[in-house]
Amino acid sequence: MANEILEEHINKDYEWGFTTNIDADEAPKGLNEDIIKFISAKKNEPEWMLEFRLKAFRNWQNMVEPEWAHVSYTKPNFQDIIYYSAPKPKKELASLDEVDPELLKTFEKLGISLEEQKRLSGVQSNIAVDVVFDSVSVKTTFKETLAEKGIIFCSFSEAVQDHPELVKKYMGIAVPPTDNFYAALNSAVFTDGSFCYIPKGVRSPMELSTYFRINASGTGQFERTLIIADEDAYVSYLEGCTAPQRDENQLHAAVVEIITHKNAEVKYSTVQNWYPGDKDGKGGIFNFVTKRGICLEDNSKISWTQVETGSAVTWKYPSVILKGNNSVGEFYSVAVTNNYQQADTGTKMIHIGKNTRSTIISKGISAGFSNNSYRGLVQIKKGASNARNFSQCDSLLMGDKCGAHTFPYIEIKDKSAVVEHEATTSKIGEDQLFYCKQRGIDNEKAIGLIVNGYCKEVLNKLPMEFAVEAQKLLAISLEGSVG
Amino acid sequence: MISIKNLHASIGDKEILRGINLEVKAGEVHAIMGPNGSGKSTLSSVLAGREDYDVTEGEVTFNGKNLLDLSTEDRAREGLFLAFQYPIEIPGVSNINFLRTALNEIRAYHGQEEMAAKDFLALVKEKSKLVELDAKLASRSVNEGFSGGEKKRNEIFQMAMLNPKLAILDETDSGLDIDALRIVATGVNKLKSKDNATIVITHYQRLLDYIVPDFVHILYKGRIVKSGGKELALEMEAKGYDEIKREFESSEL
Repeated sequence: MANEILEEHINKDYEWGFTTNIDADEAPKGLNEDIIKFISAKKNEPEWMLEFRLKAFRNWQNMVEPEWAHVSYTKPNFQDIIYYSAPKPKKELASLDEVDPELLKTFEKLGISLEEQKRLSGVQSNIAVDVVFDSVSVKTTFKETLAEKGIIFCSFSEAVQDHPELVKKYMGIAVPPTDNFYAALNSAVFTDGSFCYIPKGVRSPMELSTYFRINASGTGQFERTLIIADEDAYVSYLEGCTAPQRDENQLHAAVVEIITHKNAEVKYSTVQNWYPGDKDGKGGIFNFVTKRGICLEDNSKISWTQVETGSAVTWKYPSVILKGNNSVGEFYSVAVTNNYQQADTGTKMIHIGKNTRSTIISKGISAGFSNNSYRGLVQIKKGASNARNFSQCDSLLMGDKCGAHTFPYIEIKDKSAVVEHEATTSKIGEDQLFYCKQRGIDNEKAIGLIVNGYCKEVLNKLPMEFAVEAQKLLAISLEGSVG
Repeated sequence: MISIKNLHASIGDKEILRGINLEVKAGEVHAIMGPNGSGKSTLSSVLAGREDYDVTEGEVTFNGKNLLDLSTEDRAREGLFLAFQYPIEIPGVSNINFLRTALNEIRAYHGQEEMAAKDFLALVKEKSKLVELDAKLASRSVNEGFSGGEKKRNEIFQMAMLNPKLAILDETDSGLDIDALRIVATGVNKLKSKDNATIVITHYQRLLDYIVPDFVHILYKGRIVKSGGKELALEMEAKGYDEIKREFESSEL
């Protein structure tokens, strides 16, 4: 019985595994200063931007790929990757009609209909979407509506052209180009991404969203997102991602930076569904991402919510530097691993300001032969008086071939700190499933109920539209994992 | 309602049920008594479709269908309800959400539409009164942090909500004080009708003071060794199971 169900699940296809036949404008394989100059020239970048890249690249050359994570994989050959791939024709798109119809079809398959987005403009629960396809941003919706409020929401490349002063001022504050191996690599070769600036006193009237899609073979995706909330500003930001099914491992090394000024708040939600590889662990995305926010000034708040179901290997620690007094950092995470997926994910909360507070809720779910690790650092610096942290790390095991691990680090340099850590490990019980079935609920629905119940505290934090998608995704990712 | 013929079941190499015969008709209440280890809970688990047990012989007909061919959830949808001896906790899933899912799954099976939210809530209100279940418990996570008595009452509340044809109460009296016992029994009695049937599995006679059975069966070593009316329960209570043990120990069952 157990095997049958497992079989059925395993044969379940990754629904987003199709590829799109689009002519691409690509850089030659490999990485050197010429490639970086090529990317920079393609994007018509100012001199300072190229300097930023080259500096990062020179640093990166002296750095070693981190090995401390609880994952094992064959390290990517960085000379075997295409660092720039853009759908052709690459020209300024004035309207949706000019977007390659193949591309539009892809997005429809993915469930983002740009046309519909456009038609629905003005309706309340709208989301503005920036779509990044391989290396370039292809379309940002609702730009005009947002501009009326003074909100800048555009691709990173456009921001470099149109708002160089903002990019120059904020880029690298939260994630310095020398921060770590992958962040340095990204800083050298990033091709596009999203940029968002919410001016003083403005609450974004809609959720902003970036949709990332890797399509071309042999490419890496290195996008960069920069979100700035000025004084008293607020924005809720969503990120989604998928990739085609390929036998090779593709590298995704992104950087996301969030900066909040006085009284500002940014909520960042991710549903990460990169291709996880097949049932034998072949293929899949290496998701090595650096996400960090800094509460630069007093009373500001940064909140990360993530639902991670995809990628072959995940290395990701969305963090908050609590510099301003009374600032608040939050991390809510559900990480699911199945088959041979490996995830080493968690957060860092760095308390510098006084009366700073942080909350960490992490829910790991492991099934199949997978390994799922929580790694988190709570650091209270000297002078961060009355800092508080609450951490809860729960692990749920399905079956007996998978692993769940917790690596909490706590460093306290101020005596007034209050730090709490709770952790539990449980198994989805045959008993729970039998109980549900005895009430008429089938296996699939029962797992959905139990898992969603387990993740409730995190799913509750997601915006409505995303929560529904996340619930469906959880059910699909785990279907049949318990027999 | 249900007809059990020569039912044999084992767990691993160990045979636990060794030829059960039982016929329950609509409108009847049957009590199954017996000492610990006689196979009482195994019988309820096998009927409900727990996968740990292998049925090696025999047949069970439920509403004219071969029960043993049905999946666990289809047995439930056909109207078989098991009130668990140890109800399971499901953290984060509200009782209401759980029951609504269950009810609608059962309705879908019978080709009925989902119940409207308003009607569902009215039903919750009506049925929770029946078992004197605090309205707060209905919105809490399934059995999480419930006391022993609350868990048992919640089982009967679920039974009231799902309105089964055949309810099997597995040691529902265990761990209940006398007040809780009375409430649970009253609930069961109110749910009784000429169209449904109840099998009460118990170790002690005292529950049968409240839920009066039409038939009493004594289970020993995986077989029904004695059947009778409600007076058989009193006899057992007075004499204890030792006599049964002596009588049937030697007869190599």
